[in-house]
Amino acid sequence: MNLLEKKAATSRRTPKPRRRFALPAPSTSVLFLIIALVLLYGVIYPNAHVLLAALQHDGSWSPANFFAVLSQRTIVESALTSITLSVLTVLLCALAGVPLAFLFERYAFPGRRLFAALAALPLVLPPLVGTVAFIFLCGESGILARSLQHVFHLSKAPWSLRGWGALLLFHTYTMYPFFYVLTGAGLQRVDAGLAEAARSLGASRARVLLRVTLPQLTPSLIAAALLTFMTSMASFSAPLLFGGNVRVLTLEIFNARQRGDTSIALTETVLLALISLAALIFFQRYEGTRRFVAAAMKGTTRRRQTIGSGLGRLLAACAAIAFSLLLALPIATLVLVSFSRDGSWTTQTLPPVYTVSNFAHLATDVDARSVFGNSLLMAGIATLAALVWSFCVTALTATGRRTRWKRLINVLVLLPWALPGTVVAVSIAEAYGQPNALTGSFILVGTFWILPVVYFLRFMPLVVRAVQASIEQLDRALEEAAGVLGANWWRRFWRVRLPLVAPGALAGALLVFVIAMGEYVASVIVFTPGNRPVSIAIASAMRDFNLGTAAAYGVILIAMIAIVMIVAGRLESRAR
Amino acid sequence: MPLLSLNNISKRFGATAAVADVSVAVERGEFFGLLGPSGCGKTTTLRIIAGLEAPDGGTVEFEGRDITTLQPERRGFGMVFQNYALFPHLNVFENVAFGLRARGGRGISPTVREGSLQERVEQALDLVQLPGFGTRRVDELSGGQQQRVAIARAIAIEPSLLLFDEPLSNLDVALREDTRRELRALVKRLDLTAVYVTHDQVEAFALCDRIAVMSEGRVHQVGAPRELYENPANVFVAKFLGRNNLIRALRLTSSNDPSTRFKTLEGGHTLIVSARHDQLMRLAVNKPCLLAIRPEAITVSKDQDGSEAGNRLAARIEHLEFSGATTTITLDANGLKLEALVLQAEGFRIGHECVVTLPVDRMELLSES
Ligand SMILES: Nc1ncnc2c1ncn2[C@@H]1O[C@H](COP(=O)(O)OP(=O)(O)OP(=O)(O)O)[C@@H](O)[C@H]1O
Ligand SMILES: [Mg+2]
Repeated sequence: MNLLEKKAATSRRTPKPRRRFALPAPSTSVLFLIIALVLLYGVIYPNAHVLLAALQHDGSWSPANFFAVLSQRTIVESALTSITLSVLTVLLCALAGVPLAFLFERYAFPGRRLFAALAALPLVLPPLVGTVAFIFLCGESGILARSLQHVFHLSKAPWSLRGWGALLLFHTYTMYPFFYVLTGAGLQRVDAGLAEAARSLGASRARVLLRVTLPQLTPSLIAAALLTFMTSMASFSAPLLFGGNVRVLTLEIFNARQRGDTSIALTETVLLALISLAALIFFQRYEGTRRFVAAAMKGTTRRRQTIGSGLGRLLAACAAIAFSLLLALPIATLVLVSFSRDGSWTTQTLPPVYTVSNFAHLATDVDARSVFGNSLLMAGIATLAALVWSFCVTALTATGRRTRWKRLINVLVLLPWALPGTVVAVSIAEAYGQPNALTGSFILVGTFWILPVVYFLRFMPLVVRAVQASIEQLDRALEEAAGVLGANWWRRFWRVRLPLVAPGALAGALLVFVIAMGEYVASVIVFTPGNRPVSIAIASAMRDFNLGTAAAYGVILIAMIAIVMIVAGRLESRAR
Repeated sequence: MPLLSLNNISKRFGATAAVADVSVAVERGEFFGLLGPSGCGKTTTLRIIAGLEAPDGGTVEFEGRDITTLQPERRGFGMVFQNYALFPHLNVFENVAFGLRARGGRGISPTVREGSLQERVEQALDLVQLPGFGTRRVDELSGGQQQRVAIARAIAIEPSLLLFDEPLSNLDVALREDTRRELRALVKRLDLTAVYVTHDQVEAFALCDRIAVMSEGRVHQVGAPRELYENPANVFVAKFLGRNNLIRALRLTSSNDPSTRFKTLEGGHTLIVSARHDQLMRLAVNKPCLLAIRPEAITVSKDQDGSEAGNRLAARIEHLEFSGATTTITLDANGLKLEALVLQAEGFRIGHECVVTLPVDRMELLSES
């Protein structure tokens, strides 16, 4: 009866274990080759080149050379300045962002939605555009200073937007959203039941906050601190335009290169990269030790408490409106200035003469149009390449077993995102500025392609992450079901994976496109005069005091970003 | 020749042996069950049959052909996933048509193909009683409807083997029972062969012609539901399928004739058990073993002089649990605890003395594991 207990006495053939749902063998190796080549040329070689060049002096390699250059006081000082600035920025951003997140996530009151909608605004502002807007608003000849001067009849501006205070103010304004957004998201996840349980056990409100809620928020806070620290380390536009005598590493690298002092530039680049990577590793270690198991409990989702007392409501509403205004003011200023006639705004509080000629100029002037054309083309190329690239990478890494190779590929792919834009640009410029083993006599520096390449390298990690996240959300069973139904790899890719991943991937790509459109940090290092992107045009307009033109460029960038954010939001909600 | 046979299949995930030396044969036209507790390797076995997982050892044969390394898309099986795995970006029609399109009637002109496709999808939807649902989005369907779309998608390709991974576990109890009946009728009507994974014994009994009982990656016994229930091969099967009284005992007589005497370790009763010859061959005298008897096989009577033949023990009623049609009586026979399931419990009171009868032919001698 028991057919089933029949033992196969005949010789058993053991099939070689095979990975299912991986690419068929030939395309895997082709794909692997392509990915390896891109990583070799784009990530491994340039960074290795910079590292080796920093160790080299008069034809000999030794760490001593590196330390010899490093021992110069200015370099050490600027490294310390960068770190101090970043630490202070993290603290200030936490002080601003965390309480705001508690206020707006935990309580309901009039004006809450207005602020919530605007809160992340500074994050999407291109740093250079933000800097310019800040100068118009808060600079010593900006609207605020002039207003005070007029009201109080002061002989000179009440402050100067320069140095530590200015940098910290600007950094807090642009980076507090990391803390606000991540703490808010953390608070939404935090199980309100735990806090209620703690209250029922007799813990006071303060105790609940310190012992229950904040510990649960730790991962969010660490992630926010990491992002803030890295962004602040990489910050360039603000130190350039109103850093005064605060000399941060990014600026020093730029200046050293301008002076033609390559050995100092290289050493500083290596230093900046090392500090950034060390911070990344440090924060992730720390996060690892303090990771809390996200309680997979279903439970009450915490409802916002309505502020009951009239005074409290009034205060909260006023705060919401005040903060919303603060957020919107720089952009409003930028819009205002963009309609002012170049050269007309001298000592008045507000620009005196208004015109649409700035925009008309941008639309008609051959030079301005070519600037937009350049940026559109280069950002477009970089985005498209990043999109294709991320599908290649995920096709290789997001299927089958995890191997050491795949982990290495992942690390290398994400590396450029951990490095400040200055480092990426310098490494490419240095590595491909002269004939070398990898490119032969072809020199990338000075050609049209250098900027698209740098944009691609800087931003492809973002698209890869977006695609990876979409694939991780994808139910594995879907592709398996397609396989069982007879679909081969290509069909599974085209009919199942691609349509389901496309919205997330497209949202990520659009974001990268607008970021690349406003890119300044790396562009300023490698751009060629015949191929100027928008950001360079803004900077030179500022230098020539064509404030209206600079603002008009910025307004157009912001408008593009707004459109893209809306489209990306739609795409992402559709993907859900 | 069986339609599908697994020969000594094994599969490890790191340190866990998900499937260990499993050999199973499924006949053509059979509704075959894989039954076992959570984590015992049922899903893994099913995925190996589907080709979604490659076994570390052993072979899978289909119609006599070795398909161990054949890619899933080339096997021509239908599979219904536990969470249905319906494509969220396609409507009901396109979901059902997916397999037909993937298999692609190459060589047929597109219009004819499109026409027959339409027909076949509608036919499949009719079969699962969802006519006219073609244009609906899948996330607009109820759980039961989604489950039926998943079945329609699997049967539309006229699979040579139909695989189910707990397809009813997401449905509520009432719907589950209805769907169970429909599912079996459908599979039988289309004359399909099915392998059905479940951890629910009731479901397996209701659906399957034969069942393989698994635990910890191994198959303990294969047989028809009644056979498994009445002649469990070992302790695991006896315990896992329904309630059972397990009695620890020693063998008394040495002759290997069918009616052998055992002495229970609890209570010291002497019981006569009809055991199979081969079982007795393996069991030495005075060696401890396990005897099993189903609660419903035990009769309980108030008076001492029942006329039934069998093992009669005096016992005291410890507990009565009324559950509608039946009542469970917990008994203590001089230290030996027994459970009996009776239809009529009138007149029984907790603390009363009574007589329990364990029919000789309903007692099972279990082999260890
Ligand atoms: N991909 C995997 N990686 C590692 N371990 C796995 C994997 N799949 C299954 N296992 C392990 O193999 C064992 C058998 O898993 P399987 O999914 O086959 O169980 P199951 O009988 O289907 O259980 P359930 O009824 O809970 O679905 C389990 O211990 C499980 O943890
Ligand atoms: Mg399972």
